[in-house]
Parts: sequence; C-alpha cells; structure tokens
Amino acid sequence: MQFFLAEGARLGLGLIGVISLVAVNALFLIWMERKVSAHIQLRPGPMEVGFHGALQTIADALKLIGKELITPEDVDKLIYLLAPIVMFLPVLVSFLVIPFSPTLLIRDLNVGVLLIFAFSTLTVLAILMAGWASNNKYSLLGAIRSVAQNVAYEIPLLLTAMSIILMAGSFQPSVIVSQQAKVWNIFVQPLAFLLFIICGTAETNRAPFDIPEAESELVAGFHTEYSGMRFAIFFLAEYTNMFIVSAVATIFFLGGWHGPFLPPVVWFLLKVYALIFLMMWFRWTFPRLRFDQLITFAWKILIPLALLNLIVTAFVLKLVR
Amino acid sequence: MKAYVKETLTGFYSLLAGLGVTIRYFVKPIVTVQYPREKIDMSPRYRGHTEFLLDPETGSHRCNACENCARTCPSGVITVTGVKVPGTKKKRAVTYVLDYSLCSLCGLCVEVCPTNALKFSNEYRLAGYSRQDMIIDVMARLKAQQRALGLPEEVPPAPEAEAPAPEAAKSGEAES
Repeated sequence: MQFFLAEGARLGLGLIGVISLVAVNALFLIWMERKVSAHIQLRPGPMEVGFHGALQTIADALKLIGKELITPEDVDKLIYLLAPIVMFLPVLVSFLVIPFSPTLLIRDLNVGVLLIFAFSTLTVLAILMAGWASNNKYSLLGAIRSVAQNVAYEIPLLLTAMSIILMAGSFQPSVIVSQQAKVWNIFVQPLAFLLFIICGTAETNRAPFDIPEAESELVAGFHTEYSGMRFAIFFLAEYTNMFIVSAVATIFFLGGWHGPFLPPVVWFLLKVYALIFLMMWFRWTFPRLRFDQLITFAWKILIPLALLNLIVTAFVLKLVR
Repeated sequence: MKAYVKETLTGFYSLLAGLGVTIRYFVKPIVTVQYPREKIDMSPRYRGHTEFLLDPETGSHRCNACENCARTCPSGVITVTGVKVPGTKKKRAVTYVLDYSLCSLCGLCVEVCPTNALKFSNEYRLAGYSRQDMIIDVMARLKAQQRALGLPEEVPPAPEAEAPAPEAAKSGEAES
C-alpha cells in the first residue's frame, strides 16, 4: 500500500513537473529561436512585448488558444483529431527516464534508452496520420517524405547509440552518465557525437532536414490543415523533441549532469541548451537538402561511418577488456 | 574510394566554414533602427521639401518675396506674400506656404531663387492624417529653427499702409 502511494505521488509530481517543463521550454525555445535567427541576420528580433520580447511567445500562445479549431470538411475525422495527441504523448513519455541529476529523475528504468528511442519514433506515425487524414496534397507529400526520411536517419542514429551502449554495457541512462564521471564520451567517440547530432537534427525535422515541413515547397507540410491549439501542439512537440534529442545527446556524449562547481541540474540544462543552440545555428546556416540528397547522404555517408564506428568500438572494447 | 573520402572531407569543411560565417554575424552588432523610437539623420544632400536657408550673417532668411519660385513652380505649390520694408525699397517675405501634397520635388524653385534663400530640408517623416497636414508653413519652420539656435525670432515687417506710425516702422527695421 505504502509503495503504491509513494510511487503514485512520484509519478503525479513527475507528470506535473514534466508538463510544466514542456510548456516553459517551448515558450523559451521559440523566443530563443527567433532571437538567434534575428541576430544571425543582424536584426534585433522580437522587442515589443516584455523585456526584449521575452513575453512574445506567451502572447502568441494566448492568441492561438483563442483561435477557432477548424476541421476541414473532407478530413478523416478520427485520425485527424488523434494525430496531435499521438504526436504529443511519446514526447511526454520520454521525459520519464531522462536523468536531470542523480536524484532528479522520475523512473530509473534499466531499458530507458530503448524506451526513448522506441517512443520518439512514434512521432513519425503521428506525422503520417496528420498528413493522410488532412486530405490535402501538401500534407500527404509532407507525410510521405517524413516516412522516407525516417528510414534514412533512424539506422545511423541507432548504430551510433549502439556504440555508446556497448561502451557503457547498459541501457540505463543513469549508468551511462555515471560512467562518464572522468572522461566525457565526446572525447572518446567524437565521430559518433557528430553522427548523432546530424541524425538528431533529422529526427526533429529541423533544417537542413526539414523536408516534411518545407514551408517554401509544401506550405507547412503535414500540419497545413491544422489551426489553433492543434497546430500549437505540433509546434510544442517539435520543440520538446529538440529538448529530448539534446538531452539524449547530453546523456550519451557530454557527461550528463557531471561538471564542476554548479549543481548537477544546472550543468545538465546548460549542456542541453548549448546543443539546442547548435541546432538552431545549423538551421540558420544550412539550406534545406533535396530529398534524394538526404537519402544519398544517409546511406552513403552516415550509415557506413556509423557501422565503422561501431565495429572499431567493438574491437577496441574486446582488446581492452 | 579516394574521391569519396575527398568529397566527404571537403563537404564537411564547407559546412564548418558556413557555420563560421553565421557565428561571426551572430556576434556582430545589429543594424536595425527601432524606427519610432530611434531615428537616423538624413544625409546632408537629401532633397526633401524646401525651407528657408538661415543666413548666418543676419540670423534670418534672405527672401525678398520676388515670387520667382511661385511663378516657376510647375504645380503651383508655393504661395508667398511680402511687403515693402518701410524706409527702404526692398520687399521682404511675410508668409511662405507650400502645399506639399502637390509638390513633385523638381527643385526648380531652389534653382531660380535670385537670393539663394531656399534650400532642401532633411525632413523625411512627412506622414499626415489629412491633406491639411501636407501644407507646410516655411516661415514657421524658420522661426522654430531660430528658436532652437537661440536667435531672435523673425518678425515680419508690418505693411506700410496699416502701420504708418514711426514706432512700428522702427521696430520692423530693428528686427530685420
């Protein structure tokens, strides 16, 4: 009885914390994205609402809440309504196993990494559902591209993750982090880090891999027909995905919560936001890849390099142990 | 195989070079002017509407109300009135009004002016709510300029017919 009470309280508090983190993170990241893009283009970005436009996204969110939820006539209603939920739920689940600090984590699962990868792939299903149900050629094209893109980046992503898991000998995020107390994995596996960041950018559908959205070709891709809060949920999920990918990269390569002087949570968040800044930097530097270019890049460069990295890691580990 | 490796490496280098360019721009100061709160000064050769040239010797305008500008103006923008300064043979402008809504900024008025009394102003914020806002009182602008520089304000000479009294004539002379 006591066990269930304690675990129930833990889960409840965790969910409240996660939902508030998701909301605040998205509000902050949208503002940050606008500021980063603006400064790269020598503009000031949002300046009107709040200090340096800090409340701009809150104003935008209020506007989105007030908007009408339009359901076009010929959509597949059930799937159309379900898609934003399917998009958002896996994002929430992934937070259950992310260790923010040695003590600040909801569930220390021994298959945590697997859980994150399994659920984050569900977003592709949500994109496919949204694109198919919208009954719109742009949405459908975006959805098809997303699925094909998934085939391209998921394999090297998991291969690079495998080499880290080989080194750690565990699927448990907290174990992977605690093994990097002395040397961060990025110094042992720089190539894996590079591949992981590239695949992570593709996983979050961000430029230069924003082929499913491709606003200059496909209006808005899979979420063309969504309005109001349904669109906002897609947006929220996209920015939360950025956070999750960066958090996983931090756990794998940047030593998670390890760092001098500052408390562990601060170190973890600092590293995560540094990686998110890197992804934003990518977005405002690189032009969007054409579809065949992405496939060629993934199959001819990423996968061979990831395989090579995995084999070398396995050999070295066998020799050392 | 060699070409593949070379292409991968040069491609990777080009990506890094691109990132270098954007981060350099990221740390550069921004160039945006927050318009209603910040304003840039126009270049001195900007050709806005005309205004009186402030003569540094007299601290006032040089217009003798010859109406050459009003006659040259292809759009009939300018209305200038003047009176004879009592005691001299010279005329002097009393009012000088532009209807800027008709002006095509040809600059003929500036060219034709025999005393070089006119110049182009640097004014570029000319939005208004009605046609009435487009009517520019050049004499009032001159007075504002004089006030800003701490000079005595221009007082137009009183017409002779209405002010035959010597006190008025004297004061007119003293001011100009």
